[in-house]
Amino acid sequence: MAHANHATTAAPAILLEVKPALLPRAILVSNNRSFSWITEKICGIIEGKTPTWWWVCFVLACFVASFTVAGIAYLIATGVGVWGHANPVNWAWDIVNFVFWIGIGHAGTLISAILCLLRQKWRTSINRAAEAMTIFAVVCAAIFPVFHVGRVWYAWYLFPIPNSNAIWQNFRSPLEWDVFAVSTYGTVSVLFWYVGLLPDLAVLRDRFYSSGNKLRSALYGFFALGWRGSNRHWSNYEMAYLILAGISTPLVLSVHTIVSFDFAVSLLPGWHTTIFPPYFVAGAIFSGFGMVLTLMLPLRAIYKLEDLITQYHIDCMCKITLATGTIVGYAYAMEFFIAWYSANPYEGFAFINRAFGHYAWAYWIMISCNVITPQFFWFKAVRHNTSFVWILSIFVNVGMWFERFVIIVTSLARDFLPSSWGYYSPSIVEIFTFFGTFGVFSVLFLLFIRFLPIMPMAELKAVTPQADVHGGGDHH
Amino acid sequence: MAAPSYGLIATFDTTPDLYHAAEKVRDAGYRNWDCITPFPVHGLDQAMGLKRSIVPRISLAGGIIGFCTGMSMIWWTGAVDYQLIVGGKPLFSPMFAFPVSYELTILFTAFATIGGMFFVNGLPMHYHPVLKYEHIRRGMDDQFFIVIETRDPRFNLANTKALLEKAGGKNISELEA
Repeated sequence: MAHANHATTAAPAILLEVKPALLPRAILVSNNRSFSWITEKICGIIEGKTPTWWWVCFVLACFVASFTVAGIAYLIATGVGVWGHANPVNWAWDIVNFVFWIGIGHAGTLISAILCLLRQKWRTSINRAAEAMTIFAVVCAAIFPVFHVGRVWYAWYLFPIPNSNAIWQNFRSPLEWDVFAVSTYGTVSVLFWYVGLLPDLAVLRDRFYSSGNKLRSALYGFFALGWRGSNRHWSNYEMAYLILAGISTPLVLSVHTIVSFDFAVSLLPGWHTTIFPPYFVAGAIFSGFGMVLTLMLPLRAIYKLEDLITQYHIDCMCKITLATGTIVGYAYAMEFFIAWYSANPYEGFAFINRAFGHYAWAYWIMISCNVITPQFFWFKAVRHNTSFVWILSIFVNVGMWFERFVIIVTSLARDFLPSSWGYYSPSIVEIFTFFGTFGVFSVLFLLFIRFLPIMPMAELKAVTPQADVHGGGDHH
Repeated sequence: MAAPSYGLIATFDTTPDLYHAAEKVRDAGYRNWDCITPFPVHGLDQAMGLKRSIVPRISLAGGIIGFCTGMSMIWWTGAVDYQLIVGGKPLFSPMFAFPVSYELTILFTAFATIGGMFFVNGLPMHYHPVLKYEHIRRGMDDQFFIVIETRDPRFNLANTKALLEKAGGKNISELEA
């Protein structure tokens, strides 16, 4: 004891106790809003009159979506030959668009699952819309491989369903792995989204009931499954939600890994690289956050959600875009290094050709959009300028589309034998089909913001200070 | 004779009020009772004395079934039912069967988790006495309720009502069954 006293009196060389610095907690709901303010704000969007801008956007989106319908109808009536693929580029816009849309979806799962596990509470205000984005992006992505099979009425051959030829799927093929990865991803995303919606549907059920709209109350009530906010239910619900987050995390990483296997397992120079899985996953999250910003910033402005999507939220999203964009930039550099270091002439040529060959224009669009654009997010002034952030997010989307185009088309157009070299250009049918998917996506997203709560009310309430059972402030 | 009663419901305005009232009801030894909250209240499970959810066990079972389904499906279709050599590769190997089995593990875990959660919670249940309470809408919005059921062995209209009043409950009323 005497020793201990001595240590405290004579200014110890080693601190007896290190007090961690107390960082102020970020405020996730500004202006100290009440629970009922959150309910009114989110439900008000659904219960209010349909705004004029919504109808304008909806009609426009339907018009754009009709291009996909026209493109696909023409393809079914004629054959896959209406697309621009020909030897040697037999895989082009279809797979580019597929990977582009699937990648966009990944940010939604990242926000809902990985950030949930990491206890990043800022996710709450954006996760519902981001998950909706995931589902609609998967819908758009699925269009391309399904119609690329040609006779689309045989698309069920992709699944192990007994057929008259008694033959089974080739499970050695990464393309078959992709069927399972993407269909699991779509299914689990829908389930995760629905489970999150359940308490909010119960809110709408009760609100429409008391305002006398029995039909809508019955519709929301049907899907709310009789949710009554019981804490015995919440206990199981929270556990189920945590497990779903836990399994969605390896799921989202595996989906883009398997998508990258489509290429990495082949022997083609430029595709046959081990860096692909992490590089594709980082790119997917990068593109997805680009799309989340593209969607959320206008929503925030239109519905005046600044108290719920604060500057802190925008900062966080910009920083993730910066981090993943920088990883993608590193991967581009590393691909070049490995191509040189491998001393494989075909591999080396594939990369020199990407940067300086016939598709150099696409390569440099990709580099400028994906490597230079995110670097602006280092600056606070940029992150605080919402319109500029929105413009940058568009560049991210464009850049990530070009990344897939560069990887897929340049590698196929110039492989081993010069006699089998070629140049690919899309046909008008492909352009129509791809252009239209933005309409399909917008139609679905507009319906979502009109009829479903765009933010998880229960989760938002749970992160407010007054939700704390120890009377607000920091607990434990 | 009045309709048989389901239980007593008491209203609380703030989360700390509900939390401390739940502790009192738990300590009074009630079993068939519940809290109605608009969002999951952190720490309320302990205040109610709830055990850890059993959903993870159902999830684990789902995951194991999913993985086995994947492996056995690929083995049976490729190595038993219709043997076909493709690219000189073996008819079955756990290596190439892994990605699909992995995805099926996740898919079946998700179904088991959500199905298990609904089963344990007894949902869907579109009719419930609590949902008939006239102020239940506030329980989805910004208020908190404690419901003590009449079937609880300790339930006694006067004593239970006194307990809820002492715990700070307002608007204590009976719920029709």
